[in-house]
Amino acid sequence: MNWSIILESTLEAMVSKNAVVFALAAIGLNIHYGYTGLLNFGQAGFMAAGAYGTGIAITQWGWSIGLAAGFGLVLSVLLALFLGLPTLRLRADYLAIVTIAAAEIIRRVVKSTQYSSVTGGSGGLNGIGRGFYDANPFNDRLDLGIVDFSARQLWFIVVGWTVVGLCMLLTYLLVRSPWGRVLKAIREDEDAVRSLGKNVTWYKMQSLILGGLFGALGGIMLTLEQQSVQPDQFFTPTTFFAFTALILGGAGRVFGPVVGSMVFWGIIQFTDVFLRESIRNDLIPTSIMDGVQAGQVRFIVAGGLLAALMIFRQQGMFGNKREVALDGH
Amino acid sequence: MSRTRRIATVPGAGGSVAYDLPIVSAHTRRLVLLLVALTSVVGFSFVGAGVAAAQDATEEPGDAEATPEAQEAAERDIESVVGTLKYSDEDDNDVAVEGVEITATNADGEEVATSTSNEDGTFLLEVAEPGEYTIAVNPDTIPDGISLRSEERGSTTFSLSPGQQRTVLFPLVEGEDGGTRGQVTRLDRLPQLAWEGLKFGLIIAMSAVGLSLIFGTTGLVNFAHGELVTFGALVAFFFNVTLDLPLLIAAPIAVVVCGAFGGAFDRGFWRPLRNRGTSLIAMLVVSIGVSLVLRYLFLYQFGGRTRPFGDYAIQTNTLEYFGVTMVRKDIWTVAICTGLLVLVAIALEATRIGKATRAVADNKDLAESSGIDVERVILVVWVAGAALAAVGGIFLALNEQVNWQGGFQLLLLMFAGVVLGGLGTAYGALVGSIIVGLAVQLSTLFISSELKNVAALLLLALILLVRPQGILGRKERVG
Repeated sequence: MNWSIILESTLEAMVSKNAVVFALAAIGLNIHYGYTGLLNFGQAGFMAAGAYGTGIAITQWGWSIGLAAGFGLVLSVLLALFLGLPTLRLRADYLAIVTIAAAEIIRRVVKSTQYSSVTGGSGGLNGIGRGFYDANPFNDRLDLGIVDFSARQLWFIVVGWTVVGLCMLLTYLLVRSPWGRVLKAIREDEDAVRSLGKNVTWYKMQSLILGGLFGALGGIMLTLEQQSVQPDQFFTPTTFFAFTALILGGAGRVFGPVVGSMVFWGIIQFTDVFLRESIRNDLIPTSIMDGVQAGQVRFIVAGGLLAALMIFRQQGMFGNKREVALDGH
Repeated sequence: MSRTRRIATVPGAGGSVAYDLPIVSAHTRRLVLLLVALTSVVGFSFVGAGVAAAQDATEEPGDAEATPEAQEAAERDIESVVGTLKYSDEDDNDVAVEGVEITATNADGEEVATSTSNEDGTFLLEVAEPGEYTIAVNPDTIPDGISLRSEERGSTTFSLSPGQQRTVLFPLVEGEDGGTRGQVTRLDRLPQLAWEGLKFGLIIAMSAVGLSLIFGTTGLVNFAHGELVTFGALVAFFFNVTLDLPLLIAAPIAVVVCGAFGGAFDRGFWRPLRNRGTSLIAMLVVSIGVSLVLRYLFLYQFGGRTRPFGDYAIQTNTLEYFGVTMVRKDIWTVAICTGLLVLVAIALEATRIGKATRAVADNKDLAESSGIDVERVILVVWVAGAALAAVGGIFLALNEQVNWQGGFQLLLLMFAGVVLGGLGTAYGALVGSIIVGLAVQLSTLFISSELKNVAALLLLALILLVRPQGILGRKERVG
C-alpha cells in the first residue's frame, strides 16, 4: 500500500477541478434548497446549459471566452424560466420530477446524432477556450511537499477558487439583504409570505434563476478546465453529487456547499484510490472487485452518504437543524 | 395557490408519537435497519455473483448454426464474424441466399476481409486483430427479387475483443426495396406505432401503479421505484439464465422475490423512517440516495452490458393483424399486462384491503381513526407495488433485453404517466401511462426516435400548465 499516493491524490482532489465545479453547483443548489426550499434535481441540466452554451459559442461561432460564457449563462436563465413556469406554483415534488426529467432530456438531446453538427453528439465538443491556459501567468510547478501542482493546475485552482469566493461573497450579501430574508421566509412558510403581499412564485423564480446561474458557472469552469464538453458528464448522478456535497457541508450556510464539495471529493477520491491500491497490491482479489468495479464504488458511496445524511444528520457539518428541517413539524 | 407544507405535515402527526418512545427502541430500530441493509446487500451479492457466473456462460461464442470453419475459427481464438443470410418465403420457410458478398472494414476505413455466402447462406469473416469493424453487405450481389429489409440495416459497426466471434444478422425479405415495407407513409406507420405505444404504455402502467399507490398512501415520491423494476428483470435473469429455468417459471419466482423485497424494504427501511418522523422531503432525497446505491450495485454485479433472457429473446415468426406486424410475445405482453391491471382494479374496488387502500390514500388520519390498520395497508401496497414493478421490468426486458438501468430510464416516463394521470390515484397512473406510451411511440412519426422521450416530457410540462392535478386527480392534492 502506497499511502503517500493515497494521501496526495485525496488532497489534490479536495482543491482541483471537481471540487471547484461542484462547489459552484452546490452553491446554486443552496440558493434553491437551502434558502428557498426548492427541490431542483436538474442542476446537471443547468451545468450542461453553461458548458454547452460556452462550448458551442466558442467552437461554432468563434466567440471570445467571456462572451461565450455569457451566452451559457443566458441559456441557463432560459432553462430556469422554462422549468419554473409550469412547476413553481405547484407542490415541491413536481419541480423535482420535472427538473430531473429535463436534465436527462438535455443530455439525450445534446448526445443525439440529430444535432451532432452543433453539439458534437456523443463525442462532445473539443478544443474549447485555448485562451484560458494561454493567459496562465504561472510558469513553474508548485511543490508543497506532499502535493505538487503543475502550472496549469495552479492557474485553474487560482481562477476557480476566486470564482467560488466571489460567488460565496455574493450569496453572503444576497441572503442578508431584504430579498434574501423573503427567500428564507418562503422556505419557512410561504403562505405567511403570500399573506404579506409578496409574489411568492416570482421570488421562487428569481431563486431558481440565480441558483441555475451558479450551476451554469460550474459547467463553464468545467469546460474551461478540460477544454472540452462531454454529454455524459451531465448525467443524473452529477446533480446528486452536488446535492450530497451541499447536505454534507450544511444547507442554508454560505460555507456549507464549498466545504461540503471539498470534503465530498476528498472522500470519493480516497475511496477510489484506496480500492485501486488495494487491488494492485492483491489485498482485494479481482474476483470480488476489479478496476472497473472500483470506479463504480463512488456512486454507491455517494448514494449511501446522501441517504445516511438525510436520515441521521440533515444539517450536515455546519447547518442549523431547525433551519434545514424542511416541512418539519 | 401553493400549500407546500400542508400535505407534508400529515405524517408528522405519526412521527411525533415515535419521539416519545424510550431511547432503547430507537437503538433497536436503528439496529434492525442496519441489519436489513446488510442482509439485503449480502443477499444481493449472492444473486449478483450468480449473474456474473452466468455472464461467462452466455459469452461463449457457441452458435448452433456455425459451420465447421466457423467453429474452427472460434477454437483458434481468431476474431471472426459469422452469419447466415436467409429470408422467409410465403410459407415461413427459411431460404438460404447464396453468393452475397460481405466485407469487413476496420476503423481506418481499410477493407480487411471479404467473404461470400455459401449454399447454406452462411459466411465467415476472419479479421487479423481485435478492434472496431464495420461489416457491410454488398447490395449489388443480392439476388434479384430479394432485398434488405431496410437500407440502414445493410451494415453494422461494433468492436471485437480478442478471440471473440460475433454473429451478425442482415434481415432479408422478398421483393425489392425492403418488400412491402419499402415505401411507408406516416399513415401506414400509425397502426404499428399505436400498437407499440399501447404495449409500452401498459408496461409503464404496470411499473407505475406501485409508484402512484405508494405516494397516495405514504406521501413518498419514491425515486428508487425504477430500481424495483430493474430488480425484477435481474432476478428473473438470474433464475432464467444462471439457474437455467424456463422463463415461465423464472418470471413468477422473480415476481414473488421482488414482492417480498418490497415488503422487507418497507418494514426494514421506510417504516422506521416514518416512525422517526423523517419529513417527506427528506425521505424523497433518501430515496434518491437509495436509488443511486441500488443502481450501481446492479451495475457492479451485472456489468454494463445488455443481455437477453434465455427464452423468447428472438421470435422470427411474425403475425399480421390490421396492418400491424407483431410477434407472439407482443400479444402475450399486452394480454398479461391488461389482465393484471384489471385484477388490480378489481382488487381496489371489491376487496376489503383494496377499499382500505383507497381510504388511506384519500385521508390517512380519517382512515386510521375509523379502525384501518394503516401500516398494514402500506405494507400491502409496497408488496403489491414491487411485485407489479417486477412484472413491468420483466416485460420491459423481454422487449428490450436486461439492462442495469432499464428501470431508471423508465422512471422518468413513469413519473410523466403518474403526474399526467393524477399523482396518488391508481387509475390515473393507468390512464397517464398509456397516454405516455402512445405519445412516446407516435412522436417518432415526426421526430427522430432517439428523442422520442422528449415528447413525454413536453406533454408533462403542458399538463402541469393546464391541469396540474392531472387527468383524474383532484385539485386539492396539488397544493
